[in-house]
Amino acid sequence: MGKLPLFPEQASTFAPEVDHLLYYLLAVAVFFTLLIFGAIFYFAVRYRRRSEQELPHVAHTGMVLEIVWSVIPFGLTMVMFTWGASIYMKESRPPADALQINVVGKQWMWKLQHMEGQREINELHIPLGRAVKLTMTSEDVIHSFFVPAFRTKQDVVPGKYSTEWFMPTKVGKYHLFCAEYCGTKHSGMIGWIYVMEPQDYAAWLNGGAAGGSLADNGAKLFQDLACTNCHKADGSGRCPTLVGLFGKKVQLADGRFVTADEAYIRESILQPSAKVVAGYQPVMPTFQGLVTEEGVLSLIEYVKSLGPKPAAAVPEKR
Amino acid sequence: MANEAHAHAETLALREQFDTAEQQKDASTLGMWIFLVTEIMFFGGMFLAYTIYRSTFPAVFALASSSLNVYIGAANTVVLLCSSFTMVLAVRAAQLGQRRAIVIFLILTLILGGIFLGVKAYEWNEKFQEHHIPGPSFHLEGTNEQGHAQLFFSLYFAMTGLHALHMVIGAGLLIFFIFKARQGIYNADYNTPVDLAGLYWHFVDIIWIFLFPLLYLIDRHLGK
Amino acid sequence: MITAAVQEREHYLNASYGIKSWLLTKDHKRIGLLYLATITLFFFLGGAFATLIRIELLTPQGDLVSSETYNKLFTMHGVAMVFFFLIPSIPATLGNFFLPMMIGARDLAFPRINLLSWYLLVVGGLFSLFAMLAGGVDTGWTFYTPYSTTYSNTWVIATAVGIFIAGFSSILTGLNFIVTVHRMRAPGMTWFRMPLFVWSNYATAVIQVLGTPVLAVTLLLVFCERVFHIGIFDPALGGDPVLFQHLFWFYSHPAVYIMVLPAMGVISELVSVYSRKAVFGYGFVAFSSVAIAVLGFLVWGHHLFVSTQSVYAGMVFSFLSYFVAIPSAIKVFNWTATLYKGSISYATPMLYAFGFIGLFTIGGLTGLFVASLGIDVHVTDTYFVIAHFHYIMVGGTIMAYLGGLHYWWPKMTGRMYPEGWAKLSALIIFLGFNLTFFPQFILGYMGMPRRYAAYPPEFQVLHVLSTAGASVLAVGYLMPMIYFIWSLRYGKMAGANPWGATGLEWKTDSPPPLHNFDETPVVTQDAYDYSQVMGEVIEVG
Repeated sequence: MGKLPLFPEQASTFAPEVDHLLYYLLAVAVFFTLLIFGAIFYFAVRYRRRSEQELPHVAHTGMVLEIVWSVIPFGLTMVMFTWGASIYMKESRPPADALQINVVGKQWMWKLQHMEGQREINELHIPLGRAVKLTMTSEDVIHSFFVPAFRTKQDVVPGKYSTEWFMPTKVGKYHLFCAEYCGTKHSGMIGWIYVMEPQDYAAWLNGGAAGGSLADNGAKLFQDLACTNCHKADGSGRCPTLVGLFGKKVQLADGRFVTADEAYIRESILQPSAKVVAGYQPVMPTFQGLVTEEGVLSLIEYVKSLGPKPAAAVPEKR
Repeated sequence: MANEAHAHAETLALREQFDTAEQQKDASTLGMWIFLVTEIMFFGGMFLAYTIYRSTFPAVFALASSSLNVYIGAANTVVLLCSSFTMVLAVRAAQLGQRRAIVIFLILTLILGGIFLGVKAYEWNEKFQEHHIPGPSFHLEGTNEQGHAQLFFSLYFAMTGLHALHMVIGAGLLIFFIFKARQGIYNADYNTPVDLAGLYWHFVDIIWIFLFPLLYLIDRHLGK
Repeated sequence: MITAAVQEREHYLNASYGIKSWLLTKDHKRIGLLYLATITLFFFLGGAFATLIRIELLTPQGDLVSSETYNKLFTMHGVAMVFFFLIPSIPATLGNFFLPMMIGARDLAFPRINLLSWYLLVVGGLFSLFAMLAGGVDTGWTFYTPYSTTYSNTWVIATAVGIFIAGFSSILTGLNFIVTVHRMRAPGMTWFRMPLFVWSNYATAVIQVLGTPVLAVTLLLVFCERVFHIGIFDPALGGDPVLFQHLFWFYSHPAVYIMVLPAMGVISELVSVYSRKAVFGYGFVAFSSVAIAVLGFLVWGHHLFVSTQSVYAGMVFSFLSYFVAIPSAIKVFNWTATLYKGSISYATPMLYAFGFIGLFTIGGLTGLFVASLGIDVHVTDTYFVIAHFHYIMVGGTIMAYLGGLHYWWPKMTGRMYPEGWAKLSALIIFLGFNLTFFPQFILGYMGMPRRYAAYPPEFQVLHVLSTAGASVLAVGYLMPMIYFIWSLRYGKMAGANPWGATGLEWKTDSPPPLHNFDETPVVTQDAYDYSQVMGEVIEVG
């Protein structure tokens, strides 16, 4: 029969943290389960009805007892809350130097793209010991990117970006599952994460991508879509220059300040009149329907390549 | 008192399950108030959606709102307020047992409600002419954000439509009570049904009092 | 006082005959039985879907049914069980029958609205049944957008309309119960003399009245989106698919308390009567019911921890979710303390009560797991969550429902069920249940996702165990069906109070007279004063 696995592998820095919290929860759960089962069993036997005439006379209430068995469980649960919340906060703050991977989910496959240009379908090769940050969106319905061995999961939603990060700690091959019901082949929207030694990963990368890096692809798209007509590098066109834009604070026509992050750039391409930069006219046409989600992601990489890297990690908007 | 309460023959003012007419009146009134609370929760979901999308797309919502005819909307609001007044008069007449007056005031309420619905139909038709109905032929001048503009109008039609549906139900109730009132069954001892119908009618009116500014008056200024 | 011979005594079942006397009845007791029949049908329908699901999951490949069919099976299992069985179950059957009696009333405040509630459930059920027979619906019972509004090609609208109509059934029942408890209590029946079953149903009614309308408007918006493409959940038009999740769970989280609070009310009754002791901490248990109802409205975001909801919102919802756990824990401790120095009977209803307390404890404790953000990121949308809520809904609510049915069966029908067979069924259900659902905790933590027709082979052994358990469980559920019906004709005749219970319903004959009480009772004691019932005939020890 072979061995029966009853516990998932630990393959990321999050895994042991989550599992330790699990052990605490299990300890509390087992304790109270045994306590209640035991008490019921003991009372049921010890006080079983021996005659139809017996009439118990006991107190019906005890304030001290009520307080004790409210406060102690509450304290135990507050530990559960704080511990869980702290793991969650970490999961929402990818390190600044994380390896960036773009993910587009669609019915019923995962399309992944490395910055260097490598594309993968339903598989992701990543190096050991380096943080990996996924920027994800969907082309259709809501999906969810779930890697049990990493203990991480995040929904992949159409119309917005979501992020997920992890640092793999063990070489190997790990299940990737779609974890949000998405239609007919939901249970087929699965794949593998391959964690490789860094040198093997470098070799794998070199073996692959024809067609240049993601930023190169973005540059080409930028030309093809005639963005250069207005967005001139020296700012002399009708539209703001994009050099040094990424990560900067931008003032809008209505006075608000926003940060030029991935979501801002995506919205500027697909719904340009939503946020118009101060001092400029709302003349940019929309590219909705003219560019795919992967195209948008490559354009974002191009814009990033035009300026300084973003500052230290802040909690990502999910 | 209560020891003697037992199964008794049923009358309108004192049904079988109740011990006293006052108990029946209290229970019925409480029941209607609870029902109105459920209606608040029902409309509340749409008000929530409206709040979220208006705060996300304030400029487009203001533009879309300005395409509604504020004079007609305001006039309709006055019509509905008057209908609540005639409804109150009907309830008062029921308490006094004035059969003719109840019927007259209910009919007036019905007429005013009908005017409101007629004006609403006119407004909707205007929207249809202007291509402001969400769908393939939707177009709102003055913005690139057609999708967001459609959201405003979707909420406009959904919310005023739901309100109009409640008005139609209210009109049905009024017709029912006009017939009942003509039979002369409402008097000082038994008028709760008219009272409760009044509560419902006022509630539907109040919903409109919220809808009017939220839909018609976004960013409006005098003289604009 | 009726002086006719026992077999000719008039009661609510023989007071009138014929189908019209049932379909046009205003009697809350008959309406309770009408509901009993309806929800039993839906229970077995939902159970049939579950059977097919578990058979499919015996093998890793999707080989019994196509993926499309499997997706419809789990959807329809959820819709039937949640909306047409669990939500109505205890309130509409046992609540309808006994709440008025327990407070000394002749009927609910609005008997005709009560009948209307039943018809609404039936009509809603017919719409959903039509959808199931015409080809099914495959969105999951949770109808997430944009799949349900734009992509699914199945009978979404018919199902949504069915649920919408059934929702009004629930709202009207809740409204009826609230007014009844406020205005129809017999003289001397103060709030704190009411049985805890009444408190639970009252708290449930508040949730039904406040929460269900939000579900109704959410389904209405799904309808509008699907038919008119209004764009409210469509990102291409600026809409937000996650808005649906907030609206949906705003009802559906409190809904789980609609499903469990009445069950807790039954357990309070059972634990008391079969220990012959007042429930320990009556006031705490009563307030806990209300606290659960209130707090239950504040935690819906714990279904959205990985949905792209803000991290800070996630923390608030996780924190509040621990608050709502505490009143449930208080109840479990109080029920257990009631047993201390009691006079414990092992009658079947008590066995179900023991089962409930144990399994609800496990289900509730695993709720603490999923409330913890770090754990939930890993286990949400896996079998861990499925195991958690089935422990509560099946190990909890259904066991309490069966316990209540057995307890009140003699009162409703005038007959005893066969005690030996009943105890055996309870044991089979308990064992079958655990074998079905415990392996699913392990499956879930290992990463087995929900709603999968096919799965990696390493999960097979646990799935086989789970399906084996489901077969046992199915046998356990069929047995009461058979012997309850058998007992209607051949069961031992039951007296007015076979269990020596307190409570006004036990002061009437079995079955009760048409108007419950010949004279409105005057109440002078607290709810669980057993010194008053000593000396009455006790049927079973």
